[in-house]
Amino acid sequence: MDLGKVNLDAPHSMGTTIIGVTYNGGVVLGADSRTSTGVYVANRASDKITQLTDNVFVCRSGSAADSQIVSDYVRYFLHQHTIQLGQPATVKVAANLVRLLAYNNKNMLQTGMIVGGWDKYEGGKIYGVPLGGTIIEQPFSIGGSGSSYLYGFFDQAWKEGMTKDEAEQLVVKAVSLAIARDGASGGVVRTVIINSEGVTRNFYPGDKLPLWHEELEPHNSLLDILNSTSPEPMNI
Amino acid sequence: MERKLRFKLVTGRWNPYVTGTSVVAIKYKDGILMAADMGGSYGYTLGYKSVERLKPVGKHSLLGASGEISDFQEILLYLDELILYDNVWDDLNSLGPKEVHSYLTRVMYNRRNKFNPLWNSLILGGVKIGQKYLGMVSMIGVNFEDNHVATGFGNHLARPILRDEWHDNLSFEDGVKLLEKCMRVLLYRDTTAVNKLQIAKITEESVTISQPYSLKTFWGYSAFQNLTVGDEGSWLDMVTGWAVTTME
Repeated sequence: MDLGKVNLDAPHSMGTTIIGVTYNGGVVLGADSRTSTGVYVANRASDKITQLTDNVFVCRSGSAADSQIVSDYVRYFLHQHTIQLGQPATVKVAANLVRLLAYNNKNMLQTGMIVGGWDKYEGGKIYGVPLGGTIIEQPFSIGGSGSSYLYGFFDQAWKEGMTKDEAEQLVVKAVSLAIARDGASGGVVRTVIINSEGVTRNFYPGDKLPLWHEELEPHNSLLDILNSTSPEPMNI
Repeated sequence: MERKLRFKLVTGRWNPYVTGTSVVAIKYKDGILMAADMGGSYGYTLGYKSVERLKPVGKHSLLGASGEISDFQEILLYLDELILYDNVWDDLNSLGPKEVHSYLTRVMYNRRNKFNPLWNSLILGGVKIGQKYLGMVSMIGVNFEDNHVATGFGNHLARPILRDEWHDNLSFEDGVKLLEKCMRVLLYRDTTAVNKLQIAKITEESVTISQPYSLKTFWGYSAFQNLTVGDEGSWLDMVTGWAVTTME
């Protein structure tokens, strides 16, 4: 019926919003949960924060297939490395393994990742590994299509030395703002907090996120509104 | 690719910029119910969230549009002119939905023939002298009428629901609930959908468009919350600690 660019066989891409933030004591990773093929939402509750080791996770964006296979390989290499080293791998090593794969296969891969974790030498660390295989250590990192809407926000809202709760609230707020404006991001907000005590996964469903400009309080049905308010709520 | 470019130089635009997504409409007991969200997307960006895509036409009809918003606004101006000339006759007769639909079909088809289409899918609904009418026109002039219609993604996601659950003489409440069911699915599965919608009601007596409102969405499935670890095609099972490894 409609002409237009609707290609349901388009490669599954995670038009995404991913964020990694350090705080005093660890890191908070956050992501939305929408996987889209073109305009269709293939998965509205995917998990884009993937575990590499007990203490290191990675946020994936871009091609779903590419990011999954890269994290699978890195997990495998890290496992071997841990055995040989005799102790948990550091975040830096994990990030550099991601970089090696991303860099050496740059012509074929289309995935941007944020590696975050905690180790006993350096504490909480965030490394961005964008397209092309650059590695960059940052106090916070944003990625995915939704990140375009967050550069200004983080310029203003980021502060050094936040507490765990402040950091997580910042991440949830940021992903929620990106979801509001990026069609390729949506669903729920997942966060992973990593520190010396361990790993905590949190889940913020789409209906519990704050409302932003021009967004309205949700209802079960128009009928509820019509029945509860004054006689003439409808007008041309 | 080159051919497209040549046409582009000689004729009109090929790409929409600010677009609206699905419109869904059904016939019900007293007339027509139509629903559309208020989003104007700029590619993947949800740039505009208060775009009214349902507009009354004359005394008896309502027009809902998806596609390029600027073209929709142009069509509204054409219709203004059409209704004006109709009123100027002052002959106690007024254009009904069937006539407006026919006019729109001609406009869309003729633009298509000049390779300069109005990039919209239009739904025209109305009631005149007890006759309910619900029709659709696409950007290339394909037109038809039916008991339930939709544009864009609505065709793939909403029509199947309507084929199953629509029946003659739906009450207003049942009609609204049915439309909301469709709109909720579209909200989940269409990246260009926005959670702010309007539902319009056309009866013999009047045309009314609701205030904008949002729908509740459901995310409480346990499968959403507790994802099975290592379920993304990974051949390593984290839970059993590396024991279940299938490698080449």
